[in-house]
Amino acid sequence: MASESIALRVHKSPLHVVYECVATADHKKIGLMYIVYALLFLVVMGIEAILMRIQLSHANATFLSPEVFNRLFTLHGTTGVFFVAMPILFGFGNYLVPLMIGARDMAFPRLNAFSFWMTAFGGFFLYASFFAGGGLSQAGSAPDVGWFAYAPLTSPTFSPGHSTDYWTLSLLLAGVGSIGAAVNFIATILCMRCPGMTLSRMPLLAWMNLVMGGLILVTISPLTAAQLMLMADRYIGGHFFDTAAGGSVVMWMHFFWIFGHPEVYVLIIPCFGFVSEIVPVFSRKAMFGYPAMVAASVSIGFVSLGVWAHHMFTVGMPSYGNAFFVLTTMVVAVPTGIKIFNWLATIWGGKIRFATPMLFCIGFLFQFLIAGLTGIMLATAPFDWQLSASYFVVAHFHYVIVGGILFTIFAAFYYWYPKITGRMLNETLGKWHFWIFLIGFHLTFDFMHIPGLLGMPRRVYTYEAGRGWETWNMISSIGAIFQAAGILIFVYNMIVSYFHGALAGNDPWDAWTLEWATTSPPPDYNFAGVPAVRSRRPLWDIKHPDDPDWKYE
Amino acid sequence: MAGNDTPWVLPSRGRVGMISLIIAESAIFMIFVAAYIFYIGKSLDGPTPRQVLKIPIFITVCLLSSSLTMHWAIATLRKGKTASFNVFWLITLVLGAIFLAGTGREWQHLIYQEGFTIQTNLFGTTYYSLVGLHASHVTAGLIGLTIVAILGLAGKIKREHSERCEVFALYWHFVDAVWVVVFTVVYIVGR
Amino acid sequence: MVAALLSWATLPTFADARDGFFGPTNIFAPDSTPAHSIFRLSIFELEVEGAIFVVVFSLLAYAITKFRQRKNDDDSEPPQVYGSNQMELAWTVLPVLIVVVLFLTTAQVIHRVQDARRPPGTIEVTVVAHQFWWEFRYPQYGFVASNELHVPLSAPQLPTPTFLALQSADVDHSFWVPRLAGKTDLIPNHPNTMWIDPQETGLFLGQCSQYCGVQHAKMLQRVYVQSREEFNKWVHAQQQPAASDPAVASGSALFITKACFACHTVRGTIAAGIVGPDLTHLMSRDTIGSGAVPLTPENLRQWVHNPASFKPGSLMPAPDITEQELDQITAYLLTLR
Repeated sequence: MASESIALRVHKSPLHVVYECVATADHKKIGLMYIVYALLFLVVMGIEAILMRIQLSHANATFLSPEVFNRLFTLHGTTGVFFVAMPILFGFGNYLVPLMIGARDMAFPRLNAFSFWMTAFGGFFLYASFFAGGGLSQAGSAPDVGWFAYAPLTSPTFSPGHSTDYWTLSLLLAGVGSIGAAVNFIATILCMRCPGMTLSRMPLLAWMNLVMGGLILVTISPLTAAQLMLMADRYIGGHFFDTAAGGSVVMWMHFFWIFGHPEVYVLIIPCFGFVSEIVPVFSRKAMFGYPAMVAASVSIGFVSLGVWAHHMFTVGMPSYGNAFFVLTTMVVAVPTGIKIFNWLATIWGGKIRFATPMLFCIGFLFQFLIAGLTGIMLATAPFDWQLSASYFVVAHFHYVIVGGILFTIFAAFYYWYPKITGRMLNETLGKWHFWIFLIGFHLTFDFMHIPGLLGMPRRVYTYEAGRGWETWNMISSIGAIFQAAGILIFVYNMIVSYFHGALAGNDPWDAWTLEWATTSPPPDYNFAGVPAVRSRRPLWDIKHPDDPDWKYE
Repeated sequence: MAGNDTPWVLPSRGRVGMISLIIAESAIFMIFVAAYIFYIGKSLDGPTPRQVLKIPIFITVCLLSSSLTMHWAIATLRKGKTASFNVFWLITLVLGAIFLAGTGREWQHLIYQEGFTIQTNLFGTTYYSLVGLHASHVTAGLIGLTIVAILGLAGKIKREHSERCEVFALYWHFVDAVWVVVFTVVYIVGR
Repeated sequence: MVAALLSWATLPTFADARDGFFGPTNIFAPDSTPAHSIFRLSIFELEVEGAIFVVVFSLLAYAITKFRQRKNDDDSEPPQVYGSNQMELAWTVLPVLIVVVLFLTTAQVIHRVQDARRPPGTIEVTVVAHQFWWEFRYPQYGFVASNELHVPLSAPQLPTPTFLALQSADVDHSFWVPRLAGKTDLIPNHPNTMWIDPQETGLFLGQCSQYCGVQHAKMLQRVYVQSREEFNKWVHAQQQPAASDPAVASGSALFITKACFACHTVRGTIAAGIVGPDLTHLMSRDTIGSGAVPLTPENLRQWVHNPASFKPGSLMPAPDITEQELDQITAYLLTLR
């Protein structure tokens, strides 16, 4: 066992801390800034969600005006994708990838800082819109065109004023930040691995960040291009999406979804990485089928570029067009299913320890299975002609994003918090967090499928009584309260454990990748000497010198 | 512990980073090209490409040659010949500037003599945005070229900097390659 | 969860209930060929997915119970298994086969619905979506209706489907009456087509399903499926010009002087506006404001006085008229049967 130590907590004045944050180019500090930023916006998103769920708990409710509601769902979706999910994954990736590959920092530290601040400014700019226009009383001039901002609703005719521009400009900023982060991840992973760490010996989280980076390069750029076109239409008289000049609004849909679909894989693929790090450690077994996991992830990345028009089955594409996208969408389910089986096989024959990180990963496995199955229903174009733009879709994608992505992010928090802070998160609070959040998640999102099946469209600020939707909406709204409680317990746990948590030591979970070979928290330089590895689990080799991994790989 | 004696060599960060950036930029251009191609022949009124566009042979030759001179500049720098590096680099800069000036002249003619702007019709919108996006990338390249040219003339660029210059050269070659695509789509296919 | 859905779907009461517990817009209660085709495909798919779910769920549940660390465990590591080519091949090939089967059945239904031909006797309706109301043109009969769509019953032996040409006057909308068909979008500069052939008379509900602005939620749909005779009667009534009752002449004059005619059409008068719904036979409808409220004299008066009181964000401005003028206009509108 490597020697245990905890870094001294040097007392720093608040001004010093602020200066460090603003001026730092260190991957660990930047990683933490991304994470804290994302958590703040997660709370904001949650408040937006609770307001909407209150409004939707009854038919013909008058809690929120249509204008405010429409701004809330636009902000909720935009914030969730760009200012919660992406930053938090960049944060964990930034913190962990250099440690996992035995490097001292990311390839381009200053680009790293630049990317963070671009993303951060994007989020603040978007929320500044609440104070513009009519001010807070009417939710200001916040955008109200939905997170996918279909043309021609975004044209100057139908969106006068600047609300749409807040959407466009904030995402242009964040997009630049994302591309910068992607370039950094790719260069770091390809160029900074420690001796002996070939690509086939890299931790799966590093692989997932590499695939994520590659995807971002070709995913965010189409959105940037489309937004430049939208700005041209709105300000310099362009006609990209101007039907009066013969333009096509369907073209916006194509460009947006060419971004939008791979984007969700950008979000989930690093989460697959979290699961692939945590499940083996808590099953006490090596990852089953590492090469297949890599191949499956890479192929998911590629195939995901060809499925986008399954968001457009109702737009009136010809039958062969629809059929093509049915096929590609179903094909992408194959490597995704393979991963679930590989995780199952990793657990099989193991010795499962149900610590909180593992609980969240197990929740993920069940929930991601269900989300994948509802996804196949949506991939079936005729079924989608009923389900598209209904609450069934809303339920499906929240199942992936909350039940899949957020659960694995919670798992990642519980797993790596000891490494980052040197203290363990409280297990009892962690289990309370898990069970309460689980109940809330299922109350809200299981039952949310039903109004969709019963004909309730999405993006409606209210709905008619007598359609059979009320009870299910009420249940969904109640679930939101449980989820909020779970998150409050989580935030409390993080704060309390920072000061009073049990000391973690280098390697509290008895894990096998390089980040556990240094102190908790790591020193600024990460490793005292450049590590060298001979297998996928360097610490396993050290702990089991008689039976090292490199004999079997 | 690595267990073997082969040296541990990984690709250069600068090169990987620049290639990644080029991939992202290519994706942006592809979307604008897709829009251009989709809207060929779909303008409801206004001038057609055939009516207003003249094929810009001269400036195209200039831009494509600048890739060649850039390549020679890097090659001589690798041999340590800083004087000829400066010459080739400056020629590259001038050729690039000629291209940009030529585009400017073409636009001046289109806007003021033909009255053809981004607002005129679908062709106008897609033409100015695509060629403009390329021109903005040329401009960024020229700024970089100028900075390096100043440093070179001040004697600060030596053989050990050739790799960094090569990374920049990747960007410049990318800008040229994009022009090949834009030229083909706008002045050949689209006319 | 999918299994639970599956069992609901096969309960006869689920499919039966129209205004029952499961509501009037239930996709599992189809009443027209496109909706039936989708329903059959969806049941097949739910069965396949149900089986997959049961198998994988059971394996997962078994794994996390059987292989948990026991209390008296000696803390040794279990045997490390790095992979198995045969297993991995098996669980690649099997999903591929499932995908092939699902894809082929799906492609068949896509073709059957999208590429259907029009038999003779087809009713043609052009639907033009507006923010936030529906316009229905009947080119075969020469009139325009608003907000409430009437179509004839279609008998299986002699099908008389209604083909809808879908257009938009402004932004994107979507036509969704779940019991009759899947939804299809109405997109400016991008005409679409869909069809329905309802086999039972009655009222079918739906609403706009593509976010179209502030009152997207109140852009409701009502489709009245009528017997052939009833439909013909309705058509005949709609074809007549507007009723002209001298008792409300003051109201009809105000309709012109107060600029209502600028947006609304009343056939047989000089009012020919196309910005708002056609009012020629306003009183033949059950609701106002595209389903926002039932059409009663009080609601009609309130609507004319201030549309935003029922539908904030509706594009009809509140007209600048006195109480007396309001009464006269309302009285006039009430005669437009």
